[in-house]
Amino acid sequence: MFYREAGQYKTSYAKDLQAFPIKQDKIGMFIWGILAVVVAVIGIPGLGYDFAMKAIIIPTLIFTITALGLNILVGFAGQISLGTGAFMGVGAYACLKLTTFFPDVNILIHFVLSGFVAAVIGMFFGLPSLRIKGFYLVVATLGAQFFLEWAFGRIPWLYNFADSGAIEVPTRTLFGVPITGASADVTWQYFIVLFFLAGMTWIASNLIRGRIGRSWMMIRDMDIAAELIGVRPLWTKLSAFAVSSFYCGVSGALMVFIWLGAAEVESFDINHSFLYLFMVIIGGLGSITGSFMGAAFIWIFPILLKEVGKSFGYNATLMENISLVAIGVMIVIILIKEPHGLARLWQISKQKLRLWPFPH
Amino acid sequence: MELLYGIFIDPWIQMVSLPDFFVQVLWEGFVSGVLYSLIALGFVLIFKASGVFNFAQGIMVVFAALAMVGIYELGVPGWLSVIIALGIMYALAFSVERFVMRPLVGQDDIILFMATIGLTFILIGGGQAIFGGEPKAMLTSEIGLPSGDYVWEMGGGIVIFQKLDIAATVIAGALIAGLAFFFSYTKIGRALRAVADDHQAAVSVGIGLNQIWVVVWFAAGIVALVTGIMWGAKSDVSFALQIVALKALPVLVLGGFTSIPGAIVGGLIIGIGEKVFEIYWGGLMGGGVESWFAFIIALIFLLFRPQGLFGDKIIERV
Repeated sequence: MFYREAGQYKTSYAKDLQAFPIKQDKIGMFIWGILAVVVAVIGIPGLGYDFAMKAIIIPTLIFTITALGLNILVGFAGQISLGTGAFMGVGAYACLKLTTFFPDVNILIHFVLSGFVAAVIGMFFGLPSLRIKGFYLVVATLGAQFFLEWAFGRIPWLYNFADSGAIEVPTRTLFGVPITGASADVTWQYFIVLFFLAGMTWIASNLIRGRIGRSWMMIRDMDIAAELIGVRPLWTKLSAFAVSSFYCGVSGALMVFIWLGAAEVESFDINHSFLYLFMVIIGGLGSITGSFMGAAFIWIFPILLKEVGKSFGYNATLMENISLVAIGVMIVIILIKEPHGLARLWQISKQKLRLWPFPH
Repeated sequence: MELLYGIFIDPWIQMVSLPDFFVQVLWEGFVSGVLYSLIALGFVLIFKASGVFNFAQGIMVVFAALAMVGIYELGVPGWLSVIIALGIMYALAFSVERFVMRPLVGQDDIILFMATIGLTFILIGGGQAIFGGEPKAMLTSEIGLPSGDYVWEMGGGIVIFQKLDIAATVIAGALIAGLAFFFSYTKIGRALRAVADDHQAAVSVGIGLNQIWVVVWFAAGIVALVTGIMWGAKSDVSFALQIVALKALPVLVLGGFTSIPGAIVGGLIIGIGEKVFEIYWGGLMGGGVESWFAFIIALIFLLFRPQGLFGDKIIERV
């Protein structure tokens, strides 16, 4: 980048283990934090504020949480899952039931609790991973996806016997400001999502640096060898499923309560599961930064494409199909050129810039 | 108590007291089982020859059928549109090999798998952009498929066999026999088996991997077209088929990923099992259990026999 870490010595182990060991990186993160707040307060010039928030920023942040969760499972623990959409659904339905039973408890607490519900369900469907792996596990998680999807549609208790068969989000407030439901305040919603994202990123990055994360990666790289040197596969795999499903559950609850406002089974279907998997692949398997980049890319790219198409006068369906093709092509290209995704590209370009103008 | 009765006793009584209906259910299950087998066959062909788990097989079915119907709508005669659709599947096989598989040679299985998911998206978007997203009616009489039905009296009732279903079964059988012959007795077939056995050894005795892969993907494309025609004739040609096609995965789990007989037996078990379960037990759970029954069966099966009915035993070394 524009800066070097020259002269910044690490004199203790604690310093060596820091998340951001370079001073400029710390400043950079600080600037990002300020920027995130400023954006919300003064708005984004040139774009409709509500549109930008509702259609781009809030969903991107929510999907980043999903991508983080899925990345923990696929990228760090090496267990492929195609049931992400359904696990998000578990979070959303759990949150609906919780807030129906305990309307006085703060909704933020329900978001976290519904993450735990999703974690329990995720662990249950992760049980087969102890015996099987790879493509067989894909089939097992697809089983979870279809079974849960069916349950969401067929068990009326889950959606409070609503006539529409959909989740209807009640209005809940925080400090007197409505944050869910029709009259919700967008800025507050943004801050809540940002708060969750920041907190969960922090937890994820520390989990991965720590003992659990290392044992995940050992299982991913070679499970038999990991078992031989004392990593317990049962505990490791299930914890990966639990943590991942927790992230998906929270993001699912946020997605329905903060962003969508109402959701049917289709919001959790298999196509969404694919989309989340793509976020992780394009962003970079086994990378926290990658989850951010992947989620942003997969979410924003089709919107941009659609807007561009609109300005050229193409109709919306055509642009949608073109964006599907573009995403597919993109995935193939990224897999061929850089299987480690955007995060790796980012790292390489940083490395190149550091050395510039010298070739070595 | 009533629930236990509903689960353990009542379905059996129904099966015995209405045998004609039971036979009808079995037949319908058998027919959809044949279709599952065909899709699974497409998976197995590619998996055996290249170790690639081709997620796009389901969408290839839709794409092939759509291409055929789309060409027919341009005013091309039925038989010619079948041939042109085959040509399109060959072009697809060729470009997949050239632009996706060849650059990815030697990558992890998981990367190849994800590439085929990317391919799925390309085919969905491309198919919808070219042929439109709305369901289309499949050509039946135009390409010589029979219509109407046979009625068979039995046990005080009737069982109806659609002629189309019978034709589908016969054609599927012929296709499988043809593939088996092709694999066992032709030169290319032997090369295919060699590649499936060991890539490097096959290359070292002069078998061209690239050419073999085109052949395999084309064979999977032919299977996809046949499946698409049969399935489209039963319902409509629509992109919803692609989700249904995912049921080939539990079929593979049952049969084993590398076994063609396994794909057939697994498909029939799943097809018949889910129909019977849906009709006799589904009502207890609010219906619609067909969407997940196959997967849950596969899941339970995996716990006891991970390599499938006919698959090779999985041996792992560090």
